[in-house]
Amino acid sequence: MPLLVPQLPTGSHYGILAEFATPADLYHACERVRDEGFTRWDAHSPFPVHGLDKAMGLRRSPLPWIVLVMGLTGAALGFALQWWVHAKAYPLVISGKPYVSWPAYIPVTFEVGVLFGALGAVFGMLGLNRLPMHYHPLFRSKVFERVTDDAFFISIESWDPRFDASATRKLLESLGARSVELLES
Amino acid sequence: MAQSEAELLDNPVAGRPTLILRSPDFHSITDVVAEPLERPTPIGWWLLFIPSVGLLSLLGVAVTWLFWEGIGIWGLNQPVGWAWDITNFVFWVGIGHAGTLISAILFLFRQKWRTSINRAAEAMTIFAVMCALTFPGIHVGRVWVAYWMFPIPNQMGMWPNFRSPLLWDVFAVSIYGTVSVLFWYVGLIPDLATMRDRSKTPIRKFVYGLFALGWRGSARQWHHYESAYLVLAALATPLVLSVHSIVSMDFAVSLLPGWHTTVFPPYFVAGAIFSGFAMVLTLMVICRKAFRLEHIITLRHFDYMAKIMLVTGTMVGYAYATEFFTAWYSGNPYEFFTFMNRALGPYAWAYWIMVSCNVISPQVFWFKKARTSIPILFVLSIVINIGMWFERFVIIVTSLHRDFLPSSWGYFTPTMWDVMCLLGSFGLFFTMFCLFVRFLPMVATAEVKTVLPQADPHWHPGSEHQIKDHRAAPRHRGAPEPAPEGSS
Repeated sequence: MPLLVPQLPTGSHYGILAEFATPADLYHACERVRDEGFTRWDAHSPFPVHGLDKAMGLRRSPLPWIVLVMGLTGAALGFALQWWVHAKAYPLVISGKPYVSWPAYIPVTFEVGVLFGALGAVFGMLGLNRLPMHYHPLFRSKVFERVTDDAFFISIESWDPRFDASATRKLLESLGARSVELLES
Repeated sequence: MAQSEAELLDNPVAGRPTLILRSPDFHSITDVVAEPLERPTPIGWWLLFIPSVGLLSLLGVAVTWLFWEGIGIWGLNQPVGWAWDITNFVFWVGIGHAGTLISAILFLFRQKWRTSINRAAEAMTIFAVMCALTFPGIHVGRVWVAYWMFPIPNQMGMWPNFRSPLLWDVFAVSIYGTVSVLFWYVGLIPDLATMRDRSKTPIRKFVYGLFALGWRGSARQWHHYESAYLVLAALATPLVLSVHSIVSMDFAVSLLPGWHTTVFPPYFVAGAIFSGFAMVLTLMVICRKAFRLEHIITLRHFDYMAKIMLVTGTMVGYAYATEFFTAWYSGNPYEFFTFMNRALGPYAWAYWIMVSCNVISPQVFWFKKARTSIPILFVLSIVINIGMWFERFVIIVTSLHRDFLPSSWGYFTPTMWDVMCLLGSFGLFFTMFCLFVRFLPMVATAEVKTVLPQADPHWHPGSEHQIKDHRAAPRHRGAPEPAPEGSS
């Protein structure tokens, strides 16, 4: 489970942060970093760059499965609530219909299913992304403030088995990085 | 300027213009959206905000008196037991639907032009649902038993009836409100992070930072984020269709001539989208001017919205005709009487206001000149919303006011408290909208940046130059190719 993996490198350095000028530069640099065999690294951009998950070699998000399970659970609970109220807790003949007149239960069943699915999507996304996380070593970098504006970055964390402060820096510089910075943890 | 932009829409040489005009870079998009939130509050904002709060206080007064005295202060009596309260409810829920259509349905159809307007339209949805939920809450009169609408037993151990559309409505609208807030907030997270990173004061940094949840734009985060956004759009799409269908079932499941109609769900959904787009237009015409967003919310956006209004308005007109045909074809004298009474009876004035505003007026949108003229769009957007309010009034009141026996015939006249509740709900809506544009980025900058040409990872500077030159000096057919730009 991703939530159980420790989140930050333990050494004195968090890792290396390199800035790139355009989404295209970032994309090609990511392809190289992926092919070099790095595993604990990330790209950062102000907007989702199309196809970057492929350039980074990310696997499909498991989120739709979380939503499916949550949605079906919600729908089942919604139906169970109505069934229990009308068949068990407060049985009452209304309009001469059977206690469990299930077609009339469909709207609420559907709505509760959607509610649980949406909650699963939002909180599932936050959980997979480990948010909220208001502190992060990346926020110490001054240039990183522009990541939500117009700057593109690759960060390679120091606990990556292939990480080497000087060699990794050289690699990122050779990929066309505008600036490269070593971050403390 | 507007004229030249309208011509641009039609220019066969340049082809379709990019969605965002004036080829801005990423930073200028951030700037133009975020900068107004960082300036001292302009006078113009107060000029809109203070009257809105004034109207809102009318709602406060009216609701206080309503709770004290009971719903008799409204013009309700036998046989009209539902009038402006439920008219306002259906009107406001309908307004909200365009926001979800823009944010969810157009997203699924990959209509990229939605990125310029989806944030503001979603905000509109949330505030409209707030206004809508006010009315079922207060129209019960005895507000201390409003909890009877919730799925819990009351003090007599009785449970609500889940076979009733009124209870479906409670679930549909409150879940719709919740999902709309979730969807809106997810969309806001990256922009809140932008506001956080631009903050100059510690308070702003703290508050925006708190709600940005520590977003750092990482590709691994975007990966799950985009998946969540897509799934939410896929959930919100059937949700929005179900909500107004269920609202229409409040009427359609009853046995009253004029309400008991199978065409209601699709007809109500079309009407909801129609009125909602009109409200989006009203708001966007003002906002793009006030915030100088003319290059982000362009005439092309208005052109598209006007086309959707033409389609939905015509669908609504078709539904009016179908109702009449069915009333005649059914051979049911009560059904036929209700509809003849609607068009020719004491409320004929309301019926013909509805038809002229909703069916006739949007027909001018067949003409491109009308679709790209700001004054025409603005006036028509207001006319359409007046018409859509009257549609709900006509459906609700004309069906009730002449019961089966002439001894139970009546005529509903609103009181000043009815008027205050309606005006007050506009106060609530505009107060919330003013607060929204003052404190939150009203354009989804992270999304707008993705539709700029340079956001494409396979874009290279040369291609951009060529398009620009092309447009600046349209070539004649057969003219030689322009010399290539200095290669970069």
